[in-house]
Amino acid sequence: MKKPQRPEIDVDYVSKLANLPLSDKEKALFKKQLKDVLTYIAKLNEINTNKVEPIAHIADLVNITRGDETSPSLSQDDALKNTSKTYNGFFEVDAIFEEQ
Amino acid sequence: MKYEPVIGLEIHIELATKTKMFCSCSAEYFGAKPNTHTCPICLGLPGAMPKANRKAIEFTQKFGSAIGCKLLLSSKFDRKNYFYPDLAKGFQVSQYDLPFAAQGILEIKTETENLKKVRITRAHLEEDTGKLTHATINNRRVTLVDFNRSGVPLMEIVSEPDMESAKEAKLYAQKIRQIARYLGISDADMEKGSMRIEPNVSLRKKGSKELPSYKVELKNINSFKFVEKAINYEIERQSKILDQSKVPEQETRGFNEQRGITVSQRSKEFAHDYRYFPEPDLPLLNFTDGQIEKIKSVLPELPDEKYQRFIKGFNLSAYDAEILTREQKTAEYFEEAAKAGEKARISPKVIANFIINQKPDTETVLPADLVSRIYQKTKTAYVSDEELENIVKKMIDENKKAVQDFKSGKNAALQVLVGAVMRESKGNIDPQKAKAMLKNLLTN
Amino acid sequence: MKNILDLTIRETSDLLFSKQIKAQELTQAFLERAHGVNKKLNSFITICGGTALKQAKKVDELIANGQKLNSLAGIPVGIKDVFSTKDIKTTAGSKVLENYIPVYDATSVNHLFNANACIVGKTNLDAWAHGSSGENSDFGPTKNPYDLSRVPGGSSSGSAVSVASGSCLAAMGTDTGGSIRLPASFCNVVGIKPTFGRVSRYGVIAMASSLDCIGHFTKTVYDNALVLDVTIGEDGFDSTCIAQKQDVYSSDIEKGVKNLKIGIPKEYFENLDQRIKRLILEAVKKLEKLGAQVEDISLPNTEYGVATYYIIQPSEVSSNLARYDGIRFGKTREKFGSEAKRRIILGTYTLSSGYYDAYYLKAMKVRRLIRNDFVKAFKKVDVIICPVSPTTPFKLGEKTSDPLQMYLADIFTVTANLAGVPSLALPCGFMNYLPCGMQIIGPDFSEKLLYQVGHAYEQETKWYRVKPKI
Repeated sequence: MKKPQRPEIDVDYVSKLANLPLSDKEKALFKKQLKDVLTYIAKLNEINTNKVEPIAHIADLVNITRGDETSPSLSQDDALKNTSKTYNGFFEVDAIFEEQ
Repeated sequence: MKYEPVIGLEIHIELATKTKMFCSCSAEYFGAKPNTHTCPICLGLPGAMPKANRKAIEFTQKFGSAIGCKLLLSSKFDRKNYFYPDLAKGFQVSQYDLPFAAQGILEIKTETENLKKVRITRAHLEEDTGKLTHATINNRRVTLVDFNRSGVPLMEIVSEPDMESAKEAKLYAQKIRQIARYLGISDADMEKGSMRIEPNVSLRKKGSKELPSYKVELKNINSFKFVEKAINYEIERQSKILDQSKVPEQETRGFNEQRGITVSQRSKEFAHDYRYFPEPDLPLLNFTDGQIEKIKSVLPELPDEKYQRFIKGFNLSAYDAEILTREQKTAEYFEEAAKAGEKARISPKVIANFIINQKPDTETVLPADLVSRIYQKTKTAYVSDEELENIVKKMIDENKKAVQDFKSGKNAALQVLVGAVMRESKGNIDPQKAKAMLKNLLTN
Repeated sequence: MKNILDLTIRETSDLLFSKQIKAQELTQAFLERAHGVNKKLNSFITICGGTALKQAKKVDELIANGQKLNSLAGIPVGIKDVFSTKDIKTTAGSKVLENYIPVYDATSVNHLFNANACIVGKTNLDAWAHGSSGENSDFGPTKNPYDLSRVPGGSSSGSAVSVASGSCLAAMGTDTGGSIRLPASFCNVVGIKPTFGRVSRYGVIAMASSLDCIGHFTKTVYDNALVLDVTIGEDGFDSTCIAQKQDVYSSDIEKGVKNLKIGIPKEYFENLDQRIKRLILEAVKKLEKLGAQVEDISLPNTEYGVATYYIIQPSEVSSNLARYDGIRFGKTREKFGSEAKRRIILGTYTLSSGYYDAYYLKAMKVRRLIRNDFVKAFKKVDVIICPVSPTTPFKLGEKTSDPLQMYLADIFTVTANLAGVPSLALPCGFMNYLPCGMQIIGPDFSEKLLYQVGHAYEQETKWYRVKPKI
């Protein structure tokens, strides 16, 4: 576990990870603004939580599952309705090359 | 070879549930028109939320139990975050640190007939992605996406790197497939894509006990034959690199069927930071000891158990037992026939033989009918040794060329003569007996 | 007769069922009002005239046939533009979805339509529900009807304003860190953030999945209970929605507050505008006069609320916004606004390799401590009363250049989301003609009690009669 020494975000790396194109101006601005936020967030280091269980789910529900019965699917038209980038019933994107 | 292979297998099996993992779309999408088996949930539309398929969980626990895993009392789903056009939500709901099953052992019979234990790290449940196909439209290269497969339940089985050859890897994978089919949880068909194998291959100095510092993951392998081929190619490729005192790069390589080689795939470095966190939209799954025990206790007879029982109980050879228990359907058919055979006083051995050699259509021929067929052939059309000798001599006379070929060293010609004898006797002879007699007469 | 736009749901419903007014007339009046004020207030992104009148026509037919209908039939409602509405554009306030048309309805919307409510329109909001002021919308800020130079609060800005300005009688919203309670407080309306899991989230564009609550705005407390009676219910789609412990929220609302124990948490009364403090303590005094008892309590981990929230929420946001890749719907990701981009970057970072334990996991632990504070407090008291905002409605543009300052505006509201407990925000007075609200927080599933307490106070004060001058 890396303990953040000087909270700073490598915005270049994170924006790639987040698939979020940013201009240089945005990168610089966010780096600064988020530095302030991270410094504030570091407040949590004041509390000792060694013996505390994290809350993953706030409601006390467990074992919520459903049976294996089919329901009608969307029509192909409805599935494709919200984009014009389609071809013969498929969604179309620019070619992805997997081999070098 | 101065290196020994260190091989682990990651196997994905599409579960044969009626519906998808987190929605009620039909999971039987094979052959359907694109994007006709989708809904807001598996299409990742804004606002959609998952609900877990209980049957898929049961199947996974059943399978985990069958491969000797411990079933966890508390389990959860986690989000695996990455971007790819076939991943509708931009994350896959999978399992990270609390899979349904962990720490199992699978015993396989190696090529040298030894028993080898392969350790299973885990068996967990996740959802499948959509399918990508590459095409050229109006001179433009594009990728087409079909989300019919998106959300289908996928069980992932991860083994420890315990396998030491491509053959072993294939045998392990075959055993996994056999168990999945026996349990009825999947048709585990590599051609249909309901079973996918990704080997991890690396090499270490022979005799070393340490795990190599790298491993290469292989993808795009579409049959058992190619599993072996890809791994063997990879072993050789890595040997050459190690021979140069270099270390093979840790990477993912795709198998190219036409060229029979593996090729480096575009580096998806960021893909490795999946930012796992517990899926907030799916509550925990807790099981009692009683429920876990029940799963174990209602497992059907597994292939290895059946194999042993056929040898002991029906007095079959290991060879016959192996063939008959390869698929559950065949085994069941044999047992039914054996039961019917009891009354007609026809031994299980004869029945086994008949099924293995004559390959009757088990769909249309009822086991009881099979037995009466055998009865017809063996009891009424009895061929005496004298008659056999006559037929054999006749065939030697009528097949001069084959006889000459055999005498001049072409052993395959013997089979031609055996075939002739079988046809003449209308199949009522033990072919081994005919062969022996022919050989005897021809070599003296 | 009073202006029909100024009536409550209960009063309007009476008029409809006594056939003194037709649903179509009613809906038409509200549509005209909505169109009339939208240029000034910008509270609607889409006004659904056609659909609303069709729904109203159906109600008139049902009433003419003597059908017994429930209390929301024919009632004009607004819906925050993060709720999926079939065949009606749903934008999340963002250019990324400016042309997106859902092929299904959110469950809560379904409930409203099954109850024959009439949809006036999709209301404006901080894009993706990211914001506390209503200034983050890609379709222009919403204005506070009580002072057009000030913010209405966010992120459910349009919904609060549409009720406050008489464009509808109820409006749906979401509350992840205060996004219903804050605009309710700034706009002199009643807003409920129910217990987490009380109302199905299915079909609502997710912000932070472990924090999002589906709630709504109305003029009065009783109206608010009427709407909750309709929007609750398990749906088979939301695995975190709780079917049990449901109540009829609108019955027994007159119960009163005799012997009710009210807790005043000291941490919520430090660093607070003194005028707000005074108004809230006056409100509490009124409840004491009605028979309640007051006790000082402590919620010691309050100061960690914002930090905890601003780790968990952006982390989940970064994952929930991953699906917006322009392939199946919407525009591509560079069209996200600054605040969305900021939160995606922050959340991706806090979940990334090496940082998960220090941030998300740590925050989930502190979250348990914050919840424990409430659980402990509710052993001593029945409800907690405290402020919603540390400030009065601020001026447009005042906090937009400093994200951290904006985040700190959530200081009194995030704790209820972290703890999962319900909170009712309602008007408790004015300062310089600017609305001020207070929160009544209760234990899990205590919405009925919150309504009883709120109603008792409201009947003494009736702040909803103070209309904005637009």
